[in-house]
Amino acid sequence: MQTKLEQIRKEAQNALEKLDKLDELSSFRIEYLGKKGKLTRILRGMGSLSPEERPKIGQLANEIRAHLEAEIEKKTRLLEEEALNQRLRDEAIDVTIPGKAYHRGNLHPLSIVLNEIKDIFLGMGFQIAEGPEVELDYYNFEALNIPRNHPARDTQDTFYITENIVLRTHTSPTQIRVMEKEKPPIKIIVPGRVYRSDEVDATHSPIFHQVEGLVIDKNITMGDLKGTLDVFAKELFGPRTRTQFRPHHFPFTEPSAEMDASCAACDGAGCRVCSYTGWIEILGAGMVHPKVLMYGGIDPEKYSGFAFGMGLDRIVNLKYGIDDIRLLFENDIRFLDQF
Amino acid sequence: MLVPLKWLKEYVDIDVTAEELAHRMTMTGSKVEGIHKQGEGINNVVVGRILNIEPHPNADKLVVCNVDTGTRQYRIVTGAPNVEQGQLVAVALDGAVLPGELQINRSEIRGVESWGMLCSGEELGLTDDDYPGAEIDGILVLNEEYPLGMDIREALGLDDEVIEFEITSNRPDCLSITGIAREAAVTLDSVFRMPRIEVKPGIGDVNAEAAVKINEPELCPRYCARVVKDVKIGPSPRWMQQKLAAAGVRPINNIVDITNYVMLEMGQPMHAFDLDKLAGKTIVVRRANKGEKLITLDEKERLLDENMLVIADAEKSIGLAGVMGGANTEISSETRNILLESANFDRGSIRLTAKALGLRSESSSRFEKGLDLHNARAAIDRAAQLIQELEAGTVVEGVIDVCNGSLDDRVLDVSWKKVNQLLGLNLSPEIMKDILTGLEFKVEVQGDILKLVVPAFRQDIEGVADIAEEVARIYGYDKIPMTLMEGTVSRGRKTREQRLTDMAKEVLAGTGLYEVVTYSFTSPKVYGTIGINEPKDIPLTVKIGNPLGEDQSIMRTTLIPSILDVLSRNRNRGIQQCRIFEIGTAFFPKSLPLEELPEEIRILTIGEYGPGMDYYDIKGKIETLLKFLGLLDQAEFIPHVHPAFHPGRTALLKLGTVEAGVIGEIHPKIAGNYQLEDRVILAELDFDKLISMAQDQRKYKPLPKYPAVTRDLALVVHKDVLAGQVEKCIWKYGGELLEAVELFDIYMGSQIPEGYKSLAYALNYRAADRTLTDEEVSLLHDSIVKGLEKDLGARLR
Repeated sequence: MQTKLEQIRKEAQNALEKLDKLDELSSFRIEYLGKKGKLTRILRGMGSLSPEERPKIGQLANEIRAHLEAEIEKKTRLLEEEALNQRLRDEAIDVTIPGKAYHRGNLHPLSIVLNEIKDIFLGMGFQIAEGPEVELDYYNFEALNIPRNHPARDTQDTFYITENIVLRTHTSPTQIRVMEKEKPPIKIIVPGRVYRSDEVDATHSPIFHQVEGLVIDKNITMGDLKGTLDVFAKELFGPRTRTQFRPHHFPFTEPSAEMDASCAACDGAGCRVCSYTGWIEILGAGMVHPKVLMYGGIDPEKYSGFAFGMGLDRIVNLKYGIDDIRLLFENDIRFLDQF
Repeated sequence: MLVPLKWLKEYVDIDVTAEELAHRMTMTGSKVEGIHKQGEGINNVVVGRILNIEPHPNADKLVVCNVDTGTRQYRIVTGAPNVEQGQLVAVALDGAVLPGELQINRSEIRGVESWGMLCSGEELGLTDDDYPGAEIDGILVLNEEYPLGMDIREALGLDDEVIEFEITSNRPDCLSITGIAREAAVTLDSVFRMPRIEVKPGIGDVNAEAAVKINEPELCPRYCARVVKDVKIGPSPRWMQQKLAAAGVRPINNIVDITNYVMLEMGQPMHAFDLDKLAGKTIVVRRANKGEKLITLDEKERLLDENMLVIADAEKSIGLAGVMGGANTEISSETRNILLESANFDRGSIRLTAKALGLRSESSSRFEKGLDLHNARAAIDRAAQLIQELEAGTVVEGVIDVCNGSLDDRVLDVSWKKVNQLLGLNLSPEIMKDILTGLEFKVEVQGDILKLVVPAFRQDIEGVADIAEEVARIYGYDKIPMTLMEGTVSRGRKTREQRLTDMAKEVLAGTGLYEVVTYSFTSPKVYGTIGINEPKDIPLTVKIGNPLGEDQSIMRTTLIPSILDVLSRNRNRGIQQCRIFEIGTAFFPKSLPLEELPEEIRILTIGEYGPGMDYYDIKGKIETLLKFLGLLDQAEFIPHVHPAFHPGRTALLKLGTVEAGVIGEIHPKIAGNYQLEDRVILAELDFDKLISMAQDQRKYKPLPKYPAVTRDLALVVHKDVLAGQVEKCIWKYGGELLEAVELFDIYMGSQIPEGYKSLAYALNYRAADRTLTDEEVSLLHDSIVKGLEKDLGARLR
């Protein structure tokens, strides 16, 4: 009987090793360990054994059963693992096939750069002000120290609605509107759309956009103007950017300046972008003219301030290397998708 | 302002290159636009004399010249018709370069070796203005003596550098060579020399020859006149022509050239009248009569009115004051006696006249910026001096000088501490005094005060800010230290509206839309293109008085045409799918003609075409935006009719009782007006309303603790019953325990009676405080079904 048992153990061991499918395992279990299985059948002959042999054979039979149970369990895990690995192999995909298109649209480059500019000035404690595009001549010109028949009006060819109402030629009228409403300290930027009767070409558009800035407080100096705008230029064009201030003339500031930034394309060495000067004109600025402060109801004896204004469209073109302002207004999707 | 460097050097010592000068002048406020090098592109061309001319052995139309260039003789073949023995000519030698990078080499011409080329004026890039006779057909013949072998650029005076300055409107004094010289002297710390003006005693008495009467002293503060007799009209000398041409002024004749020369040199416009054509030998400065006509020097007839100032004689107008002279008294070759005018006119009046007539001249562009009264007298003496020097005529003794303006010194007291305070500098009053003295201010320091006498030519100087600029620009803007503002700490923050606007744009972009930017003026015809034809339906618009064209003559009240234009442009460029939005301003006048500013309202317009684009797509995007703005709960989409839209696929968006915009498919006819054959989906919303109504304050609602029960509901309703009505009805009967309603199927077809449709909903029920029982839910569900039957005639399917 012992021999028979040993034989079964061997036979079962061999059969188990040959198995390679999970469903064959259960029939294997029935074949050997089931109620009518080979091991059970042998144990039924236990009655014919002597009392000394019985416990020994019983122990051996139990050993074999336990062993086979363990082997089945082991084989099951192995086959399951293999089956999973096979499934994973079968499920392999081509990871180079393009991803699903989740179409996010995009903001216009004018908005993208404006957001950047707004962030820079918000970080320096500026607020954002807005004003009307159809504007009174008074705010657009007179209160900015540009009286009627002043030649400075020539540089800003104006669309007139009536004798006293114009399409604003710059965002500067909002300076006066804010001064009338608020007391210093004033620290604002004014982004907005402006109009000049220029024929359209690669660098001119009758409609374009400006960002104006105004700071008024006690003891504001031209050094503050330079410092603030230098920080701005470094933030916008990169930390290596240098600035240069040249004297200029605007009726609403005195002293007035134009600010150049070192050309980002060549780091100031001179290239086609900067016409080989190393510098690119970025904005006009100056200390607010005392007459303008007075028009705004602010006492120039007590307060001083600076103002600046830049062409947003031009800065967008500079930043992205766009060579024609008309592209900004054509709105070709293939253009808008690039930013 | 074109400034020839050689001319400039007559008044100031300059020992730096033109480039260096340009840079330093720019940094002190005289911005240089560019440097033009005369004779650029001409190389190895010299003065030569034609010794003799022989016929060409193989060509009838060519000749062979022997040319002496001083050190050598060359055989040169030419076909020029005007070539003559003894002429002094421009010889391009072997290896010479002419403008346009044209290289001249020794070559064989029809069997005869030619060692160079005899140049025409055109080949040297010259016009008659550069050299008399430069434009004739044939070679350039030099009409004065020059050493043989001299570089032609030197001989022709084309070896100068001309600096172009951008002169800002506050510095008319710099619209002159001496003005620039003055600035250059301060900039380079050099010395400025005014030309010495000296008129030799003349003959007779000017008051016996002419008279001046000013009827409008306000508009003509000063008028100086001189008389010159027995003028010999002819070309001015070569040196004067060269200077004028280099400065961009065409030489005409000696008298006219002298007046232009003085204008360029001193910045004072002048004019010369033919005295014999002046009725009554009298100058009258008066307003023009309405309807009066004058033919100006440019041979155009000008219609005048009483706002214009004219120079007249006893009978007629003879010039537009400060703008242009009249043809009737123009200097001609027959002119014998002249009256020179050097006057000062009111800047506003000149500007108005020039603008009204569309006639801007060198003269008017100076006067309109405001000129120095003193200069009128100095300039007329300078002109008289030049006439004497050039022997162009006999100057009559004396000047008629009618001056109604003030010639007094202008004084100004300025605190030098305030100057430092404005600039963020700490300069001593002595440094400021030095700078200002260099700029020809008279300066006295008294304690904190600079007592200043402003130079008469600086009409722009009015107060401390102007003095601060003068000090800063000469001291150097680059030396002002950069600082950041001290004082009150300010808080940089967007307003709620600004924050919501910027975020709304991001939300829209997130739904797949591209932001566009379009013009805010448009054509009055756009209303027709979007189906609005009845005059009563066309809104009042803001009209531009001087538009670039009819197409851009009104301010828009809707963005629909702009968006259709962009869609159309993209479609024409072969783009299959386009989804765009713009938040732009529209302009609504309260009344016309405009007396107060129009209302400016921001409009959000969305437009789409392409595969998968339909009403529900755009509606979904708007719902996404409304959810972001906290407005979705109150949104209602109501069938709507609008001339631009498809009558069956358009809705009005209502937020509570407020109409917020229209959404739908564009009418195929309207799309056709924009060459769009695809279905075009469009929405136009009042963005300002959305932002002002936005509910951006969010409150936490506890997460549910008890499970929900979902029941499906399949209904059959008449096809005209709207899903919106059904949903509203479900909510009406659903009560508090109804949590969500979702439409998941719409069916029309064989399973359903003709004229009906099936709608399938999933209803979610939930109580906040307990698990709902089946009975509770069934009761509620049944009441909804009954309600639907009662209100909408719905049956369960």
